[in-house]
Amino acid sequence: MLRGNQTWWFENRPVIIGAATVVGPDEGDGPLAADFDLVHPELDMQQKSWEKAERLLLEQATDFAIQNARIDKDQLQFYVGGDLMNQIISNTFAARALGVPYIGVFGACSTSMETLAIASMMVNSNSADYALAGTCSHNCTAEKQFRYPTEYGSQKPPTAQYTVTGAGAAVIAASGDGPVVECATIGKIVDLGIKDPFNMGAAMAPAAVDTIQSHFNDTGRTPKDYDLIVTGDLASVGHPIATELLMRDGVPMDQTVFNDCGLMVYDISRQKVQAGGSGCGCSAVVTYGHLLKRIAKGELKRVLVVATGALLSPLSFQQGESIPCIAHAVAISGKE
Amino acid sequence: MGMSKEDASNPTVAVLILISVILTSLGVYDKIAQWAGAGTAVPVTGFANSMCSAALEHRSEGLVLGVGANMFKLAGSVIVFGTVAAFFVGIAHLLLGTNGGH
Repeated sequence: MLRGNQTWWFENRPVIIGAATVVGPDEGDGPLAADFDLVHPELDMQQKSWEKAERLLLEQATDFAIQNARIDKDQLQFYVGGDLMNQIISNTFAARALGVPYIGVFGACSTSMETLAIASMMVNSNSADYALAGTCSHNCTAEKQFRYPTEYGSQKPPTAQYTVTGAGAAVIAASGDGPVVECATIGKIVDLGIKDPFNMGAAMAPAAVDTIQSHFNDTGRTPKDYDLIVTGDLASVGHPIATELLMRDGVPMDQTVFNDCGLMVYDISRQKVQAGGSGCGCSAVVTYGHLLKRIAKGELKRVLVVATGALLSPLSFQQGESIPCIAHAVAISGKE
Repeated sequence: MGMSKEDASNPTVAVLILISVILTSLGVYDKIAQWAGAGTAVPVTGFANSMCSAALEHRSEGLVLGVGANMFKLAGSVIVFGTVAAFFVGIAHLLLGTNGGH
């Protein structure tokens, strides 16, 4: 049901009955290591190419999610997925392995919440009993496609971010045990003209602010209604900008805990990740791995995940275009 | 090894290139570069690294269209603009009456 201008209210309360995360070595070395289902010790995961390694991450995450949901693969009706690769190829191959009707979406790093929102809407509208949402990213495939060859010796500025190697997937069902997806606010493109692909946090911060404000306007909620609000991958440059912009506009973010998945997934003082994590996998592994476990334990009652995405292509920024950004917010709460 | 200053320059460059390629293949050159910056990018080691890293990266796309076509992806512009610059320097030499020579 539409509420306000851009928020889907899921009155049938779809449930995340199972979720799983698979990550690479750097995430396994980070502070959230214990929350992931599987940690690969090597970046190549014994695959012949980085692309195959990324695909493996997603295939494992979707398999584990289905196992954790305690359903059979045949019961799954739809799979909604996306990633950062050209033509979202990692998801196509993972969907081939799944053999489930598939919708591929692209929202750059906001894909995690975009797919969760779409899958929840399917279940909420009785279009599916079980729907799977998933996304993945790999540090080396992203470097190869968006920046330079992985072994190329370029010096990264401190504002650059480190793409998370990881995949997350969640099974959403009409009923069952698990956290409830309450509502989703779909963001619009915000582009304030930043052209530096090594400073995506600053580019994405206004998009996160726009979606958070729209979410509060549409739902009538305030920051106080959430135990935790996390942005996707603004990292140490973008997150303070978002906080400042929200406070300036009179949104009392000090009433809640406002954090960022890109800052949570790594220990940025110890690990060499520049400003922090980014990529589709960033918000996916933090949400499906860490946050859902804390909700299940009862440490968090209600969480708003605002996944941010920089929708640039290697072509667009070389042609001097600015970076269009987006953010999608999904509210997840524990079962009462 | 009894080489003069001029004779020694070519083997020196060759050794630098070899070291750069070995470090790139071992996966440590990019880590050194993050710390050293232009110190690794400007000398011939940077050029060797740009070719070696591109060749490694695109190996999965085949020898001809992968390694062959992508090896000069980054290094190609150095060669193009190096040649163009040499051309204009040559013209300047000619016009300034140095007869194109050194």
